[in-house]
Amino acid sequence: MTLARRIIPCLDVDAGRVVKGIEFKGLRDMGDPAELAARYNREGADEIVMLDISASVEGRSTFLETVRRVAEQTNIPLTAGGGIRTLREAHDVFLAGADKITINTAAVRRPELISELAGQFGSQAVVLSMDVKRISDSWEVFVRGGRESAGLQALAWAHGGVARGAGEILLTAIDRDGTLSGFDCEMTATIASAVSVPVIASGGAKTFADFYEVFSKGAADAALAASIFHIATESISELKSYLHERGVPVRLDLYARE
Amino acid sequence: MKVSIVDYGAGNLPSVERALAVLGAATERASEARQISNAQVLVLPGVGHFSAFVAGLRARKLEAVIRDAHARAVPILGICLGLQAFFVSSHEAPNEAGLGFLDGDVRSLPERVKSPHLGWNQVRTVKIGRLLRGVAADAHFYFAHSFAAPVNEYTAAACDHGFPFAAVIEFKNLFGVQFHPEKSGATGSRVLRNFLDATR
Repeated sequence: MTLARRIIPCLDVDAGRVVKGIEFKGLRDMGDPAELAARYNREGADEIVMLDISASVEGRSTFLETVRRVAEQTNIPLTAGGGIRTLREAHDVFLAGADKITINTAAVRRPELISELAGQFGSQAVVLSMDVKRISDSWEVFVRGGRESAGLQALAWAHGGVARGAGEILLTAIDRDGTLSGFDCEMTATIASAVSVPVIASGGAKTFADFYEVFSKGAADAALAASIFHIATESISELKSYLHERGVPVRLDLYARE
Repeated sequence: MKVSIVDYGAGNLPSVERALAVLGAATERASEARQISNAQVLVLPGVGHFSAFVAGLRARKLEAVIRDAHARAVPILGICLGLQAFFVSSHEAPNEAGLGFLDGDVRSLPERVKSPHLGWNQVRTVKIGRLLRGVAADAHFYFAHSFAAPVNEYTAAACDHGFPFAAVIEFKNLFGVQFHPEKSGATGSRVLRNFLDATR
């Protein structure tokens, strides 16, 4: 009986489409969110994360509609976020079918938002998303899509978020994001072993070996990636078989016995 | 036969509705006492805080009719917080009373393990029941909770996270799952189908 390490494909959504910046060449259309989510669901994804990267007022209703479409196509947990600032906005995302929400910049601006959300929807539904960049010897938190330093150290902010009721941390190494250079295992291990909630590692995944490393060396509870799944010819089920063969506990049972 | 899903103002009703609809079950959202008084099958879903759950039931005057339904031996499936509500009380809200159908109280997961217990875990059969019929012994189920009911005579399957807790409860007309079958892929769908079969 073992809690499985989770593999989580991430959909960056803009104007109802999945997009991804690859190697800094700008955004590329990667397909329809509901179709991609259905495929990942079939292939054995343990959860789907979808992030609204448009973060505009008119983009919000389109995003909620996309959350609804993805929820209809899946029967695994769905996490959604991007630009959530209020309980009302969070409520709309849950109502659209999300099981968990992520908060990032708004939580840095007003940390009480975390406790308000946890009080209303439960800690298990509140994921603190942290964008972290290595600056010489320290790990600094960045906000506004990585454009602005929050003036916070990653470990201190992780502790602060958990103390306020965050039930999970989505930890993105933004200097790795989209570079396909591997997860930041050192940073992940530091945070994951220090906090009392699960940590999802994100940023930089390219090879199956990267996932093995972030679970073994990085002590991650889950690993999130986008590009590798959108463009890869290999599937999530192959990745999970690979991890299983190397002793990482994963969920392989895709079908109940009929 | 119609499945009445108790709507107490929170909870993840759409995913539970969808998961049952896929299996061909007709469902209704029951937010009024008279709907529950007429119910043939009840589902008690639940996410969030125990006190919000109890307050939501109380505000809609649903506690008494759910107790009546239990007294009539209406099959009831409690999901996550819905399972926890079967018990007398929960440490999550020590001043609130649960439905009290089962002896025992719900406890916090210990500090030495990561909490919430979040993700896919396996269960161990304690006694042969109906909900896990046809489900592989090593199958995984999606859990998302910080409190749990200790294993006792009502437990059909146990999971372990800090202490052994009830993952599946079967006792007469009461069925409970600490995991979310509506979010547990094909395995969860099979559990829901088994519940529907057990109500026939």
